[in-house]
Amino acid sequence: VNPSTAIANPSAPTLKSGSELERILAAGHFAVTAELGPPRGCDAASVRRKAKILKGSVDAANVTDNQAAVVRMSSIATGLLMLAEGLEPVIQMTCRDRNRLAMQSDLLGAAAHGLRNLLCLSGDHQSKGDHPGAKNVHDIDSIQLVAMVRAMRDESHYQNGEQIPGGGPRIFIGAVENPFADPAAMRPYRLRKKALAGADFIQTQLVYDLPRFRDFMKRVVDLGVHEQVKILAGVGPLKSPGAARYMRQNVPGMSVPEAIEARMEAAVKGIAADDKAARTRAWREEGKRICVELIQQIREIEGVAGVHVMAIEWEEAVPEIVKAAGLLPRPLAAA
Amino acid sequence: MIVAERKSLDAISKMVEAHGKVLAVGCGTCVTVCFSGGQKEMQTLAASLRMKRSLEGKSIEVDEAVVQRQCEWEYIDALSDRVKRYDAVLSLGCGVGVQALAERFPGTRVLPALNTLFMGLPSEQGVWEERCQGCGNCILDKTGGVCPVTRCAKQLFNGPCGGSQNGRCEVDKSIPCAWNMIWERAEALGMVEALMELAPAKDWSTSRDGGPRRIVRADLRTPGEKEGTP
Repeated sequence: VNPSTAIANPSAPTLKSGSELERILAAGHFAVTAELGPPRGCDAASVRRKAKILKGSVDAANVTDNQAAVVRMSSIATGLLMLAEGLEPVIQMTCRDRNRLAMQSDLLGAAAHGLRNLLCLSGDHQSKGDHPGAKNVHDIDSIQLVAMVRAMRDESHYQNGEQIPGGGPRIFIGAVENPFADPAAMRPYRLRKKALAGADFIQTQLVYDLPRFRDFMKRVVDLGVHEQVKILAGVGPLKSPGAARYMRQNVPGMSVPEAIEARMEAAVKGIAADDKAARTRAWREEGKRICVELIQQIREIEGVAGVHVMAIEWEEAVPEIVKAAGLLPRPLAAA
Repeated sequence: MIVAERKSLDAISKMVEAHGKVLAVGCGTCVTVCFSGGQKEMQTLAASLRMKRSLEGKSIEVDEAVVQRQCEWEYIDALSDRVKRYDAVLSLGCGVGVQALAERFPGTRVLPALNTLFMGLPSEQGVWEERCQGCGNCILDKTGGVCPVTRCAKQLFNGPCGGSQNGRCEVDKSIPCAWNMIWERAEALGMVEALMELAPAKDWSTSRDGGPRRIVRADLRTPGEKEGTP
């Protein structure tokens, strides 16, 4: 698919943005997105290399926005490099770094350049990042950002209510939800709030804890939220048992069952402790296998419309996982 | 109350380095209650400065004063004769007190001995916590009496971020998650439905973002006085 053609001629008038991701979800296909971490410098080649790896295996790829509050190449600039490679970007935008003026002007610019997907987030707190002395913004929150973008697109007005000359940006609006954070009782309602604000799709935090995710989805389905918004479950391959342990102990709002860590440990059984290369290989293979199995089980859960495969700095794993999960070829890539 | 902490002795000593005669001025209100700038703290600081200077083989004259409220002219005006006799005034008031002294005594250097932190309360013996940022447009009726502007690290208006775990904030486990508290209060008070409504983008113009703030109460003005002149 030539992205510029795809954007210039959205296939159906009912589409809100005409993005590939929107068309795939609207057609009822099980969507696959991935994540592309921008470089810490100005290295465009690394973006092109990662885009080439992901292209054809996913419908679109998220570009993180100063993820973990660490300065990286801007999401929109990285997205343009991806677009030129034929990989559709999902621009991430946090409320931490921009006020409503900056957000709106960036969105006008992004849309002018043919970017069609946006993911709205609060953003990791800057105290965890590389500029802990920075001032944060939080002029509006992530749900208010969703509402603002929806009004820009559907009503062609700025957040202040004034008309946008020539009409607003056509953007497919995403938001996130963490099924494992607290207060657990509020989470499905908060997700519904995002749908009411105008979110078209949701990407969740990494799912390793299937029982808890099933329970969350059941409550979401009971509220009928899955009919208002397309929900993509977050998955990702583990690199080692240590990674599982680290996430469980140190990342607030993450749930990684001990059984998964134990399975990662068992993957190196019989391999000499000093054969580090063989152990790494075995762990990574097991990490990918677990990820594939999770995708297959998640696919069976009512209300799940796709998966978001997060393998930051391990983009090579994504095509293998998507293929092994039986999700290739991608609908539009095959067209 | 306004909660403040004293600067380090080294930092204060450096500030007064060039001065031989200093008047330390405590404040009898908020900073007395939070044990940072009352009479006792002022006396301790004055003695420490004298001792430090003497250990360094130099001398300094630090005299002591306390006013009931450093943020009101009628209390600080009582110092006007004394102030003239010093090279500098070292204020143990909050930032408001320091500026009030500077404004009232334009010919005198006024130095801050405290770092002013927040509007808050003593939550436990020896512990102070922030409660209000003075945003100028209170929404506590909608959030069960817990302020997300002040107590949520990301100032969220529509529920918790993804980093809330076991009632704690992702920034630091010692910080309670404001939205966890709001949710629990709402459950207890049967107000959960109110949290389902979309809170619109806040108008920050009543906050510091609108520029330095000022209110004029016409009902309290002296007849004939002109509003707007300093």
